[in-house]
Amino acid sequence: MSSGRDIRRLSLILLFAPFTLWIVLLIALPHMGMIVLSLREKVAPRVYEYGLGNYIAFAQEPIYWNTLMRTGSMSLLVTVLALLIGFPVAYYIAKIAGHRTRGALFLIILIPLWVSDLIRAFGWILLLRETGVVSTLLQWSGLAGGPVEFLYTDATVVMGLVYTVILFMIVPLVSTLDGMDNAMIEAGYNLGGSGFTVLRRIIIPYAMPGIVSGCIVTFMLTAGSYLTPILLGGKNSSWFTEQIYDQFITRYNWESGAAFGFLLLAFTSLVVWIGLKLSGQTLASTVARS
Amino acid sequence: MTAIHDLATNDPAVNDLAINDLECLGVSKSYGSVRAVRDVSFEIPSGCFFSILGPSGCGKTTLMRMIAGFEEPSAGDIRIKGKSVLKTPPNRRNVKMVFQHLALFPMMNVYENIAYGLRCQRVGKAEIDRKVKDVLQRIALPDVANREIHQLSGGQKQRIAIARCMVLDPDVLLLDEPLGALDLKLREAMKIELKLLQHQFNTTFIYITHDQSEALVMSDYVAIMNNGRFDQIGTPQALYHNPDTAFVAGFVGDSNRWSARVLSRSGDEVKVETGDGLVLVGTVAGRAPLADHGRVELFVRPEFVHAERLAQAGSAVPAEGDNVLEGAVDSLLFNGANSRVLVRGPRDCLIEADVTLTGGAGDLRPGEAVRLTWPRAQTRCFAAEVAAGASA
Repeated sequence: MSSGRDIRRLSLILLFAPFTLWIVLLIALPHMGMIVLSLREKVAPRVYEYGLGNYIAFAQEPIYWNTLMRTGSMSLLVTVLALLIGFPVAYYIAKIAGHRTRGALFLIILIPLWVSDLIRAFGWILLLRETGVVSTLLQWSGLAGGPVEFLYTDATVVMGLVYTVILFMIVPLVSTLDGMDNAMIEAGYNLGGSGFTVLRRIIIPYAMPGIVSGCIVTFMLTAGSYLTPILLGGKNSSWFTEQIYDQFITRYNWESGAAFGFLLLAFTSLVVWIGLKLSGQTLASTVARS
Repeated sequence: MTAIHDLATNDPAVNDLAINDLECLGVSKSYGSVRAVRDVSFEIPSGCFFSILGPSGCGKTTLMRMIAGFEEPSAGDIRIKGKSVLKTPPNRRNVKMVFQHLALFPMMNVYENIAYGLRCQRVGKAEIDRKVKDVLQRIALPDVANREIHQLSGGQKQRIAIARCMVLDPDVLLLDEPLGALDLKLREAMKIELKLLQHQFNTTFIYITHDQSEALVMSDYVAIMNNGRFDQIGTPQALYHNPDTAFVAGFVGDSNRWSARVLSRSGDEVKVETGDGLVLVGTVAGRAPLADHGRVELFVRPEFVHAERLAQAGSAVPAEGDNVLEGAVDSLLFNGANSRVLVRGPRDCLIEADVTLTGGAGDLRPGEAVRLTWPRAQTRCFAAEVAAGASA
């Protein structure tokens, strides 16, 4: 009798083993290491002291937290743009397109995901650099006198990021809107609502879990992205991940890099928390659902 | 096509003055080569409970969506209170609709669901409060204002969906099979409740259904829709007792049904021979003319077929001109007050007859010999539909 219970317990342990290993080895352990690392200060070669020195250094150097704020605000901008562009697209796919077009459209949206970030960013470079396609076209048509450089501006970075992350906005939106009964929209009109009222009072509240979950994923991906801001924004992009990379690789200051990494995590978590509070949603009702 | 001018009044002078809540004039709708609704005309006087009854796919939902404004008719005109609404978008028509799955807004509570339409009309806050309270009182759910939709029972949701429309004081309320999702017991209760609500609000209800008992129980008038057209419009009694077409006779209520050939005919009376070789007498029904030796459809309702034990009936002489058949009880179909016997008659035909089964010794039993009699007047012969348009 007890052997049956043992077997059940063993199977439970075996079932949870991969999950536990993943959480412990790849999430918990590195982060604990990072915390320990970030709390260490190098006072002399091979001599370390524990303290908050790395965090104090961050607070005292405006360039650091300016970069963090800039990364945060630009990420928010990217998220908002992705939502504004992604919502109509998702609405069209989920509600207006016919059954067959829907699948085709969804596939078209997914295709860019098959290509790596690097190649996609390189595509933008080919288009936008001084000797690129757009610049050449402008000169050929006579709209521009000389070569035009489109790369290395904030607008380019934002555009590139929107392009990279918009898919992660559209997918959760399509899946929530898809679950919405068309009769609900028709009822909205039938009871006297204008198009705007129906959108504001019925469609958006219904799609809120999808909107919030899309925004969270998009914001996290943007704030933590590295390739796109560096390639499209160049050395001046001042993205916070670039600072972290610099600390780790260029300056070989792992302690400071670890502290920066934690600050980024804390900052994005704070923004997501504020967003959830403002929209009245919970993590369970948004990300966990889609 | 059928038009029911005599519903409101027979006096044409008064009829011109009276404005019907809803009129459809030659409304058609085609999707490509498919003609979903064909030339439907009808008018509904104020305060009527009007049902459109038809099998699924007959075009009744399309017709309703055209009235609500979600589809545009390919031809014809729709008038509400005498004014054409073809150019009016759905959110400006004073026609409200209860959807099949109700479509209550799950992100709003009951109060907000009902207040939604009023807010769209920019009614003042105090006025909204008063109207919502009032309508909740009228549907006998005064305490649910602050409940969420998912906390309501099926019947409560139903009533909220109606209240949400009625608070806007519509000219016409459309109901698209709203009872379909309820279980049987609740559906029976809601039928009566809907009828009472309609009396209370005194608004024109248009009720779409494929369930004939819903239509017959609740309606003042029923339109039978088949293949995109109205076959007949009339009171439930008229449809049941005087069907105009074979389709109506077969669709409304239960019938014993035969295909037969006309043998001879004198006036209204016809003598026919059924496919299995039974010779019966019947009455000409329907608008289509009956050809000599033409094919007919024969309908006899089970409640008019009288089943008697042969031993007891032996001495009694059946009335002149009645149909008389002898057979054996094949099986009893017990269903409380609606119980029937299935009688195997001559040449293996099966006939259903209503009987009273009390559970006593007098009940018929399987295998017993019985005599079936039914009056000629209740044996309706319709000319068999040979080509489209024959019944129109």
